[in-house]
Amino acid sequence: MGKEAAKTGPLAHRPDNSAFMQQRLPAWSPMLTTSTVLPFMYCMAVLCLVVGVSLLITVQGTQEMKLDYTEAGTCNNCFQSLKNVSNAGKSCSCRVVFTLEHEFKGDVFFYYGLQNFHQNLRKYMDSRDDAQMVGRKQNLKNPSSYCEPYIRDEKDVPIAPCGAVANSMFNDSFALQYQGQPGDPINTVPLYRKGIAWYTDENVKFRNPHKNKSQTLAQVFEGTTSPPYWQKPVYLLDPLDATNNGFINEDLIVWMREAAFPNFKKLYGVLVRTQEPFTNGLPAGNYSIDIVYNFPVQYFKGRKQVVLSTVTWFGGQNRFLPIAYLVTSGLVFIIAIFLTVIWWKFGKDAKNMNE
Amino acid sequence: MDFSVLRNLISRYCVGEENWLDSRTVYIGQKEPPPGAAAYIPQRYPDNRIVSSKYTFWNFIPKNLFEQFRRIANFYFLVIFLVQLIIDTPTSPVTSGLPLFFVITVTAIKQGYEDWLRHKADCSINECPVDVVQQGKAARTQSHKLRVGDVVVVKEDETFPCDLVLLSSSREDGTCYVTTASLDGESSHKTYYAVPDTKAFRTDREVESLHATIECEQPQPDLYKFVGRINVYKDTEEPVARPLGSENLLLRGATLKNTHHIYAVAIYTGMETKMALNYQSKSQKRSAVEKSMNAFLIVYLCILISKAVINTVLKYAWQWSPDRDEPWYNHRTENERQRPVVIRAFTDFLAFMVLFNYIIPVSMYVTVEMQKFLGSYFITWDEEMFDEELGEGAQVNTSDLNEELGQVEYVFTDKTGTLTENNMEFIECCVDGNVYVPHAICNGQILSAASSIDMIDSSPGGYRREHEDLFFRALCLCHTVQVKEEETVDGIKRGFHQGRPTSFYISSSPDEVALVEGMKRLGYTYLRLKDNYMEILNKDDEIERFELLHVLNFDSVRRRMSVIVKSSSGEYLLFCKGADSSIFPRVVSGKVEQVKARVEQNAVEGLRTLCVAFRRLSPDDYQEACLLLTQAKLALQDREQRLAQAYDAIERDFVLLGATAVEDRLQEKAADTIESLHKAGMKVWVLTGDKMETAAATCYASKLFRRSTQILELTKKRTEEQSLHDVMFELSRTVLRQRSMSGLSVDCLDYGLIIDGATLTAVLKSGPEGNYREVFLEVSRNCSAVLCCRMAPLQKAQIVKLIKASKEHPITLAIGDGANDVSMILEAHVGI
Repeated sequence: MGKEAAKTGPLAHRPDNSAFMQQRLPAWSPMLTTSTVLPFMYCMAVLCLVVGVSLLITVQGTQEMKLDYTEAGTCNNCFQSLKNVSNAGKSCSCRVVFTLEHEFKGDVFFYYGLQNFHQNLRKYMDSRDDAQMVGRKQNLKNPSSYCEPYIRDEKDVPIAPCGAVANSMFNDSFALQYQGQPGDPINTVPLYRKGIAWYTDENVKFRNPHKNKSQTLAQVFEGTTSPPYWQKPVYLLDPLDATNNGFINEDLIVWMREAAFPNFKKLYGVLVRTQEPFTNGLPAGNYSIDIVYNFPVQYFKGRKQVVLSTVTWFGGQNRFLPIAYLVTSGLVFIIAIFLTVIWWKFGKDAKNMNE
Repeated sequence: MDFSVLRNLISRYCVGEENWLDSRTVYIGQKEPPPGAAAYIPQRYPDNRIVSSKYTFWNFIPKNLFEQFRRIANFYFLVIFLVQLIIDTPTSPVTSGLPLFFVITVTAIKQGYEDWLRHKADCSINECPVDVVQQGKAARTQSHKLRVGDVVVVKEDETFPCDLVLLSSSREDGTCYVTTASLDGESSHKTYYAVPDTKAFRTDREVESLHATIECEQPQPDLYKFVGRINVYKDTEEPVARPLGSENLLLRGATLKNTHHIYAVAIYTGMETKMALNYQSKSQKRSAVEKSMNAFLIVYLCILISKAVINTVLKYAWQWSPDRDEPWYNHRTENERQRPVVIRAFTDFLAFMVLFNYIIPVSMYVTVEMQKFLGSYFITWDEEMFDEELGEGAQVNTSDLNEELGQVEYVFTDKTGTLTENNMEFIECCVDGNVYVPHAICNGQILSAASSIDMIDSSPGGYRREHEDLFFRALCLCHTVQVKEEETVDGIKRGFHQGRPTSFYISSSPDEVALVEGMKRLGYTYLRLKDNYMEILNKDDEIERFELLHVLNFDSVRRRMSVIVKSSSGEYLLFCKGADSSIFPRVVSGKVEQVKARVEQNAVEGLRTLCVAFRRLSPDDYQEACLLLTQAKLALQDREQRLAQAYDAIERDFVLLGATAVEDRLQEKAADTIESLHKAGMKVWVLTGDKMETAAATCYASKLFRRSTQILELTKKRTEEQSLHDVMFELSRTVLRQRSMSGLSVDCLDYGLIIDGATLTAVLKSGPEGNYREVFLEVSRNCSAVLCCRMAPLQKAQIVKLIKASKEHPITLAIGDGANDVSMILEAHVGI
C-alpha cells in the first residue's frame, strides 16, 4: 500500500494492472468445432444408454404386486353400503384373496394406494396447523385459521388435529394372512407398523403436547375434539401401542405428508422377517387380506389399492428415470448422426467458417 | 382604495404577461430610471439561487416513491404485492413484497444520497462570494443574493455567477477572454466585447455613476443567441442605444481568463441563466436496451395475463364434474360458498397472476443496473484506455449507455478536429496563380529558406505587386485573431518574432491562427488591435494602421467572413475570406481560372483551402453598408435573418486575390482506428463541410478508403450529366450485383460512396418519380465507408436520422467537436 501512496505525478491514477481489473480472469469459452462436438455427442449417447440400461435392470429386479380392492371380493358389499351416506360411520369388514406366483425376496413393503384423490389441492394442502402438530399447547386449543373449515366443531370445541388433511385421513386397516397351499395352516403375516415415517417427521415435525407424568394422553387432549370424519379420537389411534398415539401416530404422520399427484401410494407397514416362513421375504402362495373398509372413494370416483413391493437401492418399481435416460440417449444419438451427415456432406466446404 | 389596488394588480398582471412575451428591461445598478425614460414596469426576476436538486427534505419520500413507481416494472410489482395482500394467495405477500421493498429502498437511498450531494453542491455554489458594486464600492455578497441589474465585479479565473452583460474590463480595449469549456466543451478562448459607450467606466465609482438600461429578450436556452439593446443615459442628452449580441453576453459557468477584472451587469439570474435552462431541458438519453426491455416487459405482461386467463378457464372446466368440484375431503368454507361465481373466478384469475408473476423477475432492473454500474467501473479501470500524457484513464459520465457502445454499427465522424488534429499548418498561398511557400516544415522536409518568400514567378509588375500586397493585407486583417503577449495562456499556438517578446495568437478557429502565422513567415506581421485600429508590420518593417470598421462574422451557412477597414489613406476596403464555393460565385474579376486550378490541386492533396477576395468601397457604398449592418444589429427580432440579408447584400462584386492552403494533419493512429473499426464490421461515415477532393484525400490517408475500394460517386457533377434517377439506379444495380456475386467470390470488393450536400438534399426530397431515400439507403448500407462532403450542420443530423430510421434500427454513434456537430451528436444514440 505504501508503494502505491508513493506514486505521484501523472501515473498516480493509473489503474491497477490486476487480472480482475483488466478483465483477464481465466475464462473458458470453448470453440465448438466438429472434432469436439461430434465425439462428445456420441459419448453422451453411449453414456445415457449405459445408465438407462443399468437402471432398468435394477428396476426390473424389484417385484411389485398391485391389488385393487375397491370392489373386489366381499369388499363389494362394503363399497355398495358406503354409497349410502347414512352408512358412512358404520364399520364394514371384508376380505380379498390373491396369489403370489413368485417369492418376494428381501424386505417387503406394504402400501395402500389411492387413485384420483387430490391431496395436492391448494386449499386442501394448506388446511393444517403445523404448530398444533408440533405440540404447542396454545395452538392445541386455538388452531390456526389455515385449518378452515375444520377449526372448531358446531359446539365451538377446537379440533385436534385440525384441518382438512387430518380430517380426511385414510382409515382402512389391513391384516395380511398367508396360506402356502390350500389346507396349510394360516399364518398371520407380521408387519412393522412403526418406523414407516420419515425420521424428521416423527422426531421434529410431530410432537404430542407436553404432559405431566401423572397425565394420560387423553387428559392432554381434553377440551378438544377429534376431526368430524374420524371414528376414534387422536389419542386412541393405535389401540395396540400406547406410544404410537396422538400426533405422533405414524399412520397420521404418513398421511400428513401430502402426495404430489392424485394417484399415490403410502406406506402401511414393513414385513417382519424374524420368523418362518418370512425370513427370506414373502413366499409364493395364497394370501388373504382382512380389510376394515371405512374410507369412501366412490364420491370422487377414486380407487383403493393394496401394493406389495420389494425395493432396491434405487427405490421401488419406478421406470420413469431409466426410460428417460434411454429416450435421451436415443435423441442424442439421432442428433449426432444428423450432425455427422451434415459434416460429411458439407463439412469440407465450410472451411472458411474457421477464419 | 380597494379598487385601485385591485386595478393595480390587474394591470400589473397584464403588463407582466405582455412583458413575458416580449422582452425585459434591466436597470443597471438597480437604479430608478432617469426621468424621460419609458414608464417603469416592475418585473419580477428570480434570485440567483441555483436549484439542481430534485427533492427537499419534506417531499423526498412521496416524490421519490412516485418517481420510482413510474417505472413499469416497479409499478407492476407493487400491483402484484397489493393483490397478494387482498386476495387469498397461493404465495405469501412477503415473497414479492420483500424484494420490492429492498429494491425501492436501495434505489431511494442511492437517489437520496445523490440528491444530498447536489444539495451540498448547490449550497456551495449559492453561497460562493461575489463582488457587487454598491454605493460606489465593491461589496462582497453571496451568489444567491445577486439580483438582476446588479453590477458584478469578476476577477481573473473566476466563474461568472450568472449571465452578465459586459460593461467594461481592465483591458483598455474593453475586451475580455473567456473559456466556455464547461458549457460547450470548447476549450479555446473566446473574446467578448464591451459596448464602446460603457467601456470607459473602469472603477467602482465610475461604474456606479453609469445610468443605463438594458432591454433584452426573455431567457432562452440557446447558448449562442442573445439580442438586446443598451440605452446609456448621459447628462441631459438623449439616450444612446447600442446593440447587444452574444459577443457581449458572458454566460454563467464560463470562466474569465487573461483579464484582470471586469464589470458586468446581471441579466439572467438563477434558474433563468442559459446554463440552467439548458440543464433543465436536457432530455435523458435512454439506451436501446432499456427501451427494448420495456417492450419485452409488455409482451411478458400479455403472456402472463393470457396464461392466467387460460388457467382460470381450465380450472373451471376441470371442476365442471361435481366429483371434482368439491370432494368430501376438501369442503369449501361458508364464505366461499356464498361468494358469487364471477368473483370467485376473478380471484382465481388474480391468484394465477400472482402464481405466475415470476415470469417477470423482480431482479431484472436491479441486475441490469448492477451490470451497468460494474461495467462502467471496468471501463474506468481499463489500462489500455489510460492516457500516459494526461495521467487519466477513461472517465464514465453515465452508466446508462454502456451497452450501446458494443452495439454500434454506424460511426459518424466529423473530419476536422476528429479525424485530424485540428492543428493547422500554413502550407502555401497563391496569388493570381503565383505560389508562395513559407519556409517551414512541409511534408517532413525542411525547405531551403534563403529568402523568406520562395517565389515561383518573381516578376513584380505593378498590377501584380498591388494584388500581392492586398492579398497579404487581406489575410492579416480579415480574421478575429487576438494577440496575447503573456505566457500564461494555455492551449494556444505560439508565435515567435525576433526581437520581440513572445506573443501568441489566439482565436476560436485554428485556421485563422495558421493563416496569420503563415503571413508572419511571409513578412507581414499582425501586431494587435488597438482602439479599433489594426496594426500590421509589413515587409519593410513599417507599421501600417487600418481602422477596423465592421466585422462580418464567420458562420457555417455563409462559409465566409469579411472585414471592412479604412486604410490610412482613407480608402474603404472590404476583405473577404471563405470557402471557394462561397467566394467564386461572387467574384467579378481576377484570375479565377488559375486560382481555381490551384485550389483544386491543393484540395486533392488534402489541404484545406480558403479563397481571398476584396472589394473597394466608395464612401457611398460604405455608408449604405454601414446603415444596413447597424439596422440589422439593432433589431431585437429576427436579428440573425436580417444580418444574413445584410451580409448577403454587402458581400458581392469581389475581385479575387488568391487562395491559401492549410494542412490539417491526421490524428495519430487515426488510420489504425478506422481500420480496426472496419474489421469490427462497423460502417464509418465521414460527414464534413470540406470540399470533396480534400475530404477524399483525408479519407484515403486515414485508410477509410483503401486502394481496393471502388468509389461510387454521387455528386453534383455527376447528377448534372445524368438525371438523379439514372445515377441512383445505376448505383444500386452495381451494389446489388456485387452483393449477389460476393456470396461466391472470396475477396469481395468493398465500396465507398461519396455524396455531397447538394445531391443529398435532392435525394432526401422524395420526388414524384420515386422515392430515392430507399434506394440511397440500400446503396449506402452496402458500402463499407461513406463520405459526405459539403454538409450543413442540419444535414449531418438528417443523415443520422435517416440511418436510425432504417429497417434494422442500427445503433449509431456520432463523434464531433465543433458547434456544427452538435445537432448530429444529439441525434445519434451515442454522442462523443
